[in-house]
Formats: sequence, structure tokens, C-alpha cells
Amino acid sequence: MTEVSRPGALLATGGRKNFFSAAITEVRKNWALMLMALPAVTVVFIVSYMPMPGIILAFKNYRPGPGIWGSEWTGLKNFEFLFNSGIAWQIIRNTLVLNFLFIVAANVCSLTIASMLNEIYHRQIAKVFQTILFFPHFVSWVLVGYFTYAFLNADNGFVNSLLVQMKLAPVNWYGEPTYWIPILVILSVWKGLGYFTIIYLAGMLSINPEYFEAARIDGASKLQEIWYINLPLIRPLVVINVLLAIGRIFYANFDFIWNVTRDTGMLLETTNVIDTFIYRSLAAVGNFNLAAAAGFFQAIAGFILVLLANWAVRKFDESQALF
Amino acid sequence: MATMGHAAKTRFWHTLIIIFVGIVCALFVVPVILIFSASFTTSKALAEVGYRLIPPEFSTEAYTFLWQDPHLITQAYAVSIFVTVVGVLIGVLIMTLLAYVLSRKEFKLRGILTFYIFFTMLFSGGLVPYYINMVRTLHLKNTLTAMILPGLVVPFFVLLLRTYFSSLPRELFDAAKMDGANEFNIFFQIAIPLSMPAILTISLFLMLNYWNDIYQALLFIDMNKLSPLQLTLYNMVVSSFMETEMNVKLGQPVPLLSVRMAMAVLALGPVILAFLFVQRYFIRGVTLGSIKGD
Repeated sequence: MTEVSRPGALLATGGRKNFFSAAITEVRKNWALMLMALPAVTVVFIVSYMPMPGIILAFKNYRPGPGIWGSEWTGLKNFEFLFNSGIAWQIIRNTLVLNFLFIVAANVCSLTIASMLNEIYHRQIAKVFQTILFFPHFVSWVLVGYFTYAFLNADNGFVNSLLVQMKLAPVNWYGEPTYWIPILVILSVWKGLGYFTIIYLAGMLSINPEYFEAARIDGASKLQEIWYINLPLIRPLVVINVLLAIGRIFYANFDFIWNVTRDTGMLLETTNVIDTFIYRSLAAVGNFNLAAAAGFFQAIAGFILVLLANWAVRKFDESQALF
Repeated sequence: MATMGHAAKTRFWHTLIIIFVGIVCALFVVPVILIFSASFTTSKALAEVGYRLIPPEFSTEAYTFLWQDPHLITQAYAVSIFVTVVGVLIGVLIMTLLAYVLSRKEFKLRGILTFYIFFTMLFSGGLVPYYINMVRTLHLKNTLTAMILPGLVVPFFVLLLRTYFSSLPRELFDAAKMDGANEFNIFFQIAIPLSMPAILTISLFLMLNYWNDIYQALLFIDMNKLSPLQLTLYNMVVSSFMETEMNVKLGQPVPLLSVRMAMAVLALGPVILAFLFVQRYFIRGVTLGSIKGD
């Protein structure tokens, strides 16, 4: 122990006393950095870490009096209720189906539009188009809910008045759950198209122009250029985006579904997702146990999936992995 | 098409593409036109004729009504502006500080801290423990803090800022250290000025988050006084409570259908204006996030 003199050697030699003196040296050296990190670290602790132990509520019968720790254990009872009632199946299915369709639609549509914008050589026009397509990203979901209602309400909605003008029968949109799968997909495209288009267009613009010159010399058509140069070269970007989205597939966009469907009971068959179910159980019904069980399932399934997705991303392109 | 030359063919496709994307763009703005037109008509016309792209009967009824009692909208605006301004100022400051620390490669706690922040992107305790923590442990129900605190640190934004800081030349920092500058000097006088583009982009992202957020308000706010714009809009549709309250206050029935639409326009207006000014910073931010390796 006598040879320890340089602070740098302390960590390597180990030992409790040395650990503490190393820690003190580190604090002395970097107290300013620690201080700078402190506010954000505290906020994250309060907002994200403090609730974490509460995940055990999924196995308890929560009562406000005794609180999280005092409430009695009930084993798997909450889960039994959740899964036996058939709700679990409904919300998991809807969450996965809708998110899957959103991912496919967003990528297909934005790749198409980005390929097209990339061909427009009046840059001014392309810019105006891009601006218009990006603007819905800024509109809140509450307002999207307003739009949707103006379009679809049964009595005086825009779509029904069009249908009547065309001598077709009006549709009671808020009473037809099956229609809402395409409706939600269309709305998700409306909201997200511009965002993904920008990402993919930026990818396409960074492709080396020499590829296109070579293709032109070989007599390739525009479509062949897009198919054999554009799309393969931005494939990494698409793969990463899709994998990261799949990592979040157990998490529905609450604001979207809640505001757009207005929590209409008739539509729950296709639009009840994990996040809206949890919120409804908690805020409207006051059933903490059911909400906690669904939340536990989501947290675990989501965690496993995001690890898998990140593992896949890492295999594909290490520099793009989250961790 | 066999008779067309290469140039003519290209021009043909080019025109076709412009027409197609043009139509898509036109469809994209239809909802906005619909809301706008619905706000400039009477509730009666909306109920009888329905929502049209051109108002069936032009009227400023809804705006006159809101003008008579601007309290409803100014209150909501005040709350939203306060939450957004305070949230963005504090959030950007503490995220920038943290990101700077995380970009310092020689800092020993860097690995642990990075894990600490990004773990929250992967795992959370769920809504129920979160709600209990906010309401029972922290007593934040019906407070402005409940709308500000949860959005202050967004791990993804910290990641973007950290990447930006990491790309700054190390030599600048080392040189400043030689000259006796401490960490705070380096941060405020070198790191911040050099990172203004990234900080500006993050500020705009965060601003949009706060302005459009309804989730925290939905969970924690049930007083009209503290209701931000999005929650007020939401309540105008969902609860008849607000309508009744307004009826009583004014002693006349509220032309609710058109008033809702006018509220929507007044909520959307600033966003569209701001969008036109700042969208290019956003576009830079979006591409910054997607090409992380740079």
C-alpha cells in the first residue's frame, strides 16, 4: 500500500480505503462536471426512477390508505382478471396490429413521396411541397381530433355531406369499428409523412451523384434508377427506423388514439389499445389494479422487445445502436 | 411514348410527379380549410347544412362570441405560454449541461451517467406508479409544476446534444484549460456559443412538446384556471360542463359548434405562423437525429 502515490493508480489497486480516497480525488477534480449534471439527474430521478419500484403494484391490491408498500399482495390475481376477461387479448392485438400498419404505411408512403420529391428539379416547388407535408407534425392531436370529427360526424360531417351529394347513403362513422383501422392509418400518415420524408430525402440527397451518371450512361430509366440506386442505398436508414419502431410496438400513441376516437365505446373493438385502456382504468374507472397489471405487462414486453430491436440494429450497423 | 425523346419523356414524368405530389399536398391542407371555414359560419348552419369547404353562410358569430368573453381563451393561452416558456428555459439549460458533461470523454462517471439517462428510454414503472408518485408522493395535482417537470429532460434530446458537443474540437477546451478557465467558463463561453444551432433546434423541439402536450394536463389538472390550451380545447368537446358554465355566465346559449372551430383556429394560428418561421431549423434537427453517426 505504500507505493500508492499517484491518484490515477488508486482505482487499479482497489481496496475500500483506496476506493474512498480515489472517489474524493475524483470529486475534487471533477466537482464542476458533477454539479453541472446534477439538475438533470435529479429531475430524471424524481420523474422516472422514483415511480419504478411501484411496478410491484401489479401483484397487489392497491388501496390509497396503506399506499404502495402497505397494500396486501394478491399474487397473480390482477393478471388473471385481465387475461380471463378477454380485454388483454383485445388491447394487445389492437396495439400490435395498429402499430404494425402505422410502421408499414409511414415507410411506404414516405419512401414514395421522398423518391418523387427527389426527382423534382424545380427546387422551389419541391421545397413548398415539403413544407406543406411537414406542417401536420406541428398540429396537436387534440386538433386532429377536431378535424376528424368535422370530417366524420354522422349528422353534419364533411364526408357524409359529400356522400349525400353523390346520392350515397351516409355512414355512422363513430359506430363502425372496422372502418377505423384504415381511418387511423390515414391519420397517422397525414401526421407523420412529412417527418419521415425529410429523413429519407436527406438520405437520398447524400447519395453520390456518380452512381446516377453511370446509370444514365448505361441507359437506365428513371424508375430503374430509383429501384436500383436510391432505394438500396437508403435501405440502412429504413431498416434502422423500422427496427426502432418495432422496439416500441407495445407502446401505443395515447394522445393520438384517445383524441381521435374520443374514447367512443362503439369503437373499442378495434381502437382499444394498451395505453388508452390503462388511462381509462386509472382515470375514469379508478381501477388501479387492472391498470397496474396491464402496465406491468407493457413494461416487460416493451423492455424485451426494445432489447431485441437494439440487438438487431447492432448486428446491422453498430454505430446506429442505441446502446 | 415510343415517339418521345429522352428529354420529352423526362419532362412528362416530371410534370406527372408534380401533379401527383401537388394533389397529395392539396389533400393535406383540406382539414385546415375545413376548420377555418367552419369557424366563419353560424352554429345553426353547421348543424343544418354541415361542414363545408366554403362556409354555407358567412358569419363571424363565433369570433364575436369569443371576443365578448375573451377570458376563456386568454386564460388558456396564459397557462400554455407560461408552461412552455418556463419548461423550455429550464429544460434546455439542464439538458445542455448534462449533455456537455456526457460528452467529456475523460470524465469517469460518464458511462454510469449515460446508462442512468438512457435506461429510462427502455424501461418505466408504468402509468399507475407514475401517477401515484406525482399525486400522492409529490402532491403535484393541480399545479403548474405537474405540467412542466415531466417534460424537462428528454433522453433523446440529450443524446442529440451530446453528439453535437462530442463533435467540437477537443483542442479548444484543452487550450482554455491551460489558460486557467474552469468548467463553467468553458461551458458558457466556448461550448454554448459553438453549439447554438443544436441548442436552438432542441429548444424548438421542446417548445412544440410543451405547447401540444395534453397528457400531463389530462392526468393532473381538473381546474379550469390551470387548464392549458390543449386541455381547454379537449374539454370543449368532451364535457358539457364548460358549455353550461358559459351559458350561465352570459345568459345566452353558446353557438358551440362554430365557437369550437374558432377556438381551434385560434389555437392553430400561432402554430402555423411559428412553423413558417422555424421549420428549416426543425428540418435540420430531424436530419441531425437520423444521421447519428456523424
